[in-house]
Amino acid sequence: MIAEIGLAALWLAAALAVLQMVSGAASLRAAQGEINPLAIYARPAAIVQAFLAVLAFVTLLYSFAVTDLSLKLVASNSHSMKPMLYKLTGTWGNHEGSMLLWVGVLAASGGLLAGFEKRLPERTMGATLAVQGFVALGFYAFLLFASNPFERLPVPAPEGNGLNPLLQDIGLAIHPPTLYAGYVGLSVAFSLAMGALMTREVNPAFARVMRPWVLGAWVLLTLGITAGSYWAYYELGWGGWWFWDPVENASLMPWLAATALMHSVSVLAARDALRTWTIMLGVLAFSMSMLGTFLVRSGVLTSVHAFAVDPERGAFILGLLGLYIGGAFTIFALRAGAVAEGKRFAVVSREGALVFNNVMLSAILAIVLLGTLYPLLTEAFDVRVSVGPPYFNPAGAIFAVPMLLVMAVGPLLRWKSDKPARLQFELALIAALVIGVIALVCFFGQFPLLPLLGLGLAAALAVAAFLPLKGRNLRRVPVATWGMVIAHFGIAVSLFGMACEGAFSQERLAAVAPGGTEQIGDFAFTLQSVTPVAGPNWTALEAQIAVSQNGGEPVILTPQARNFWSPPQSTSESALLTKWNGQLYAVIGNQAEDGRWQIRVWWKPFVTFIWYGGILIALGGVLAIAGRVRVDVKRRSAASKGAQRRADLEALGAADPVPAE
Amino acid sequence: MRSRLALWIPLALFAFFAGLAAYMLTQPKQQFVESTMIGQPLPAFALDPAFSGLPGAAKADFTGKPKLLNIWASWCLPCIAEAPQLEALQAQGVEIIGIALRDRPEDVANFLGKYGNPYRRIGSDKISEVQLAIGSSGVPETFVIDAKGVIRYQHIGDIRAGDVPLLLEELEKAQ
Amino acid sequence: MIRWVLALALSVLALPLGAQDSMPPAPYAYNQLDDPRLEAEASALMHTLRCLKCQSQSIADSDAPMAGDMRHQVRSRILAGESPEQIRIWLIARYGDYVSYEPEVSSTTWPLFAIPVLVILIVAGVLLRRLGKRRSDDDEGAAA
Repeated sequence: MIAEIGLAALWLAAALAVLQMVSGAASLRAAQGEINPLAIYARPAAIVQAFLAVLAFVTLLYSFAVTDLSLKLVASNSHSMKPMLYKLTGTWGNHEGSMLLWVGVLAASGGLLAGFEKRLPERTMGATLAVQGFVALGFYAFLLFASNPFERLPVPAPEGNGLNPLLQDIGLAIHPPTLYAGYVGLSVAFSLAMGALMTREVNPAFARVMRPWVLGAWVLLTLGITAGSYWAYYELGWGGWWFWDPVENASLMPWLAATALMHSVSVLAARDALRTWTIMLGVLAFSMSMLGTFLVRSGVLTSVHAFAVDPERGAFILGLLGLYIGGAFTIFALRAGAVAEGKRFAVVSREGALVFNNVMLSAILAIVLLGTLYPLLTEAFDVRVSVGPPYFNPAGAIFAVPMLLVMAVGPLLRWKSDKPARLQFELALIAALVIGVIALVCFFGQFPLLPLLGLGLAAALAVAAFLPLKGRNLRRVPVATWGMVIAHFGIAVSLFGMACEGAFSQERLAAVAPGGTEQIGDFAFTLQSVTPVAGPNWTALEAQIAVSQNGGEPVILTPQARNFWSPPQSTSESALLTKWNGQLYAVIGNQAEDGRWQIRVWWKPFVTFIWYGGILIALGGVLAIAGRVRVDVKRRSAASKGAQRRADLEALGAADPVPAE
Repeated sequence: MRSRLALWIPLALFAFFAGLAAYMLTQPKQQFVESTMIGQPLPAFALDPAFSGLPGAAKADFTGKPKLLNIWASWCLPCIAEAPQLEALQAQGVEIIGIALRDRPEDVANFLGKYGNPYRRIGSDKISEVQLAIGSSGVPETFVIDAKGVIRYQHIGDIRAGDVPLLLEELEKAQ
Repeated sequence: MIRWVLALALSVLALPLGAQDSMPPAPYAYNQLDDPRLEAEASALMHTLRCLKCQSQSIADSDAPMAGDMRHQVRSRILAGESPEQIRIWLIARYGDYVSYEPEVSSTTWPLFAIPVLVILIVAGVLLRRLGKRRSDDDEGAAA
């Protein structure tokens, strides 16, 4: 019964999406200053639709919570013996459920937009909501016709098949929902860009409406990618944190586009420049999200992280892609030429630096896209190739290094036009840090080029991030500026972690007999014992490894080799010892015939900084949103006070109303 | 003003991708990695017997006439499925030299006792060295080796009844 | 989308329990070379070789038995004095470009290298157009 309510809610939501689309489109036909009678339904339709889509998701969540085995999806992906947390998170640990979450977030974003955004002209808002409804409709259709999560079994299953053990982890609770919210949040930027393009309202006011959405989606994407990277790092058992796997690239590409968009929308809001560019990036960012959905779910590419794939669903999503991305690019090609270019600026200016970085981000995006899709192209000619880290790292660095250098200087530049001579000291400082740190590290040993560059850049960026605060009263610095400083500093922190991991990691693989001791870096580790342990739906062999640093007090690490029985799979659970300056990562493997155990241990200096940096970057984004919202609220209350005062004065019959703004 | 033509580039790129993706969706997904050693001479190897009942295998054994080189293992389930087909090939006079991958003598003997023994010789490849040397990436796989010791054909996966004539034909071609 | 780990769903790490051999791994599958310099060479190479039984993982990141045997080949060949490039070429001769994550310039991979060069040119072009001629036609003057 509950599941049928969910299904009905989904159908109703789809019907409302049609209404939202038609009503939104009707507002375009209204004469200047008038309101089309049909147009008033768009906002309520979006809001009610959001409730219905979320309701559908909640009913599925409930079905998983109570393990309703008459639902096909629950029977094939859940198990009554699973811990409650994994029953709930298992809701989106499969294709249909995750797609419903995707659609739920899409509708919720549309609802929020319709409910709270009052600044846009009605026609632009109508067009935006029409586009949002159109996008949502396609994905409702995909759910209802090709991936129905509420399908019943003719006969309820006696027991469920269980969830892939690798997904039975707290990571599943955090990573997918955050990432989805980010991907789908970009749909609002997409709709706004299309709405503004269709109604020719590409201006700073529009940019100010778009900015919080872009920032919000970007923060969630950053957090989602950071969480996913850490999850893969500890769950896969080999200490890797980024593999340039197609699915990972699919999450990186929207982030790159959103990062560029976020900067470009700021330029548009502040300086009325980069109009076409902002629209292009708005379309591109969500297009990359949809492209990712296609790549992951169609099975055209081989990935460690892929879903159970289905070419028929792939064809459906490809059709949607053609409709939305193809349609958006067509409108872009037809309309963007008519968008005036916007304000001009000099090469050496804040805008100039932002344009440079946007172009570099786009170039990195192009490289990632090329490397990800290239195997698909060659397979069309029956040639199989692999493109991996040895390609992506250097090819990406060609653009990332200049971008990071300009990023260090950009925030110090003035808008519109500046003179390099003004920044002599800062430029010298940045150059000295890059060269100095690289020289210093080279003095101590031989390291690969990229980590070396990374260390130099990280040092320079960490200092440069705070230079915009130089000579300012820190209490007067706007919150949004703090956001920028912290996000840029986060890049430096993350880069430092990546470079250290790349340059200084140590690995020790050893067959150890119980009681045996091995050494890695400053750490001595002793395999004390290996004992069987049992969990709710698994049994495991657990190693007790005593780790002591420089002969200090030992700490016990307990990596496990787990065997799940439903589905029958084995996983290795790594054990981590986190120090301020790095992580010790231990995994237990098989037992050899002579009774010794395979132990893998890594010492990864400062590896945690990769994710701390990610969190800082996201925090910077949150501050930027908070700062903008605060300014906005102040401005609105000032405006309403001013209007109030004018009205009062007029009522008093005063001669000269004083403008309050 | 920028040229209008440039504005169509994103659409053109997307259309190219969509066409490619649409085409690839209709193609069966390539599951296997094919060996690129076809036409090359068999690399030199000499493997110990996989169990006491049959001699081991070496490159030198591939002389006289075209033979089949079958890579299998007692722990591999599809190998059970292909056992009758190998026997059928052997019954038609095909000489099959086996390579047992990462296997134990007792398991090999047990498997052959249960599912029949079509092999003339079986070498034991405990660390996949011969498998890697000939570009095989799974079990079971079957190679046609001609009388000069040149790899002529690779069959990936278990041999179904329908594959038997195919392999006989390949052996014929390798004469 | 979910990717990544939702995903991690897959195979390789969580191998089905059946259809697996119980043999001890090859000597150098899980053991390092004694010489740290040689081990570093081997490790760098292993991270760029594809595990053929896995879904997009390097042999340095996989527990699949075949990945272990490939690691053994890499380490023992390095120990025997072969260079990493020789080993890569040896493997490519057997499995084609698919086995190496490091594409080499060839008739099938040249666009991977040509397109980035093209991107650099486009980037330079865009930057020159957007930034290069600004100063001359800055219509608002230089008052700032």
